[in-house]
Amino acid sequence: MSTSTSHDGGSHGSVKSYVMGLILSIVLTVIPFGMVMKGGFDETTVIVTIVIMAVLQVLLQLILFMHMNLKTQEGRDSGSFVFFTAVILTLIIGGTVWIMYHLNINLM
Amino acid sequence: MATDTMTNQHVAAHGGHEEHHDMTGLKMYGFWIYLMSDLIIFGSLFATYAVLHNGTAGGPSSKDLFELDFVLIETFLLLFSSFTYGMAVLAMNKDRLAQVKLWLAVTFMFGAGFVGMEIYEFHHLILEGFGPDRSGFLSSFFALVGTHGLHVSFGLLWMLIMFIQLFTKGLTDKTRPRILCLSLFWHFLDIVWICVFTFVYLMGVL
Repeated sequence: MSTSTSHDGGSHGSVKSYVMGLILSIVLTVIPFGMVMKGGFDETTVIVTIVIMAVLQVLLQLILFMHMNLKTQEGRDSGSFVFFTAVILTLIIGGTVWIMYHLNINLM
Repeated sequence: MATDTMTNQHVAAHGGHEEHHDMTGLKMYGFWIYLMSDLIIFGSLFATYAVLHNGTAGGPSSKDLFELDFVLIETFLLLFSSFTYGMAVLAMNKDRLAQVKLWLAVTFMFGAGFVGMEIYEFHHLILEGFGPDRSGFLSSFFALVGTHGLHVSFGLLWMLIMFIQLFTKGLTDKTRPRILCLSLFWHFLDIVWICVFTFVYLMGVL
């Protein structure tokens, strides 16, 4: 095809941003694995740290690899359905764990 | 397929670049909505796993089964494949067909390595008698990790099809959005895997 089709949607991002994403992802993977495999840390500290690292890595890859924006290039609103999904996920996971945990306690 | 014909009609009718551009954007937007619905499936499976995690029925617990060094290699395979797919998209933006094929081939190898390791792990567990039928914990584990593995496998199938299309059609108005959608799918699976290794494997051995 001619160059007229080259600059399509998703053309953002550069080698630099992908390499940065890769390096930061490696760091955010090695640290939690290292903490758990080495052991010797306080359990609460480990859980809090690995959850924070996971959240950071998810956000990092959403932005640097998937180029998530709250508006598409055409100005279409994409923030609302991401937000909607987040609400549904919170209800499903949070609600399930909450209810089942309490059922478990009450039946013991 | 319907959207393809629509694109053609638009391009034919208006010869306009903007129409085509908008269609690619629309396809990506639709694919994002699909990914979000897929995320809800994974969310439900994570919730199921959280509930059944301690239901070992006298069988092995997550502490007895998981080998973190094995999981770490799987994680790196998937992370590198995510990165190399990014390189393929960058090559596509520069219209370098040979490079796109090369990066897709590298991505495919990493992805296949991941699926191979997962099949080995599952096979190993089932041989030892710790299959999904052993306990609630193992049922939910196989359901969650297996669903992710199936997604990766279908991603590989999609990648194979893109290979064929790149050889027969090259980089066209039709193949470009497909490669972009697959890139979203592939990065999405790496993001789900971050949650899997954190909440299933790492927390499982604590």
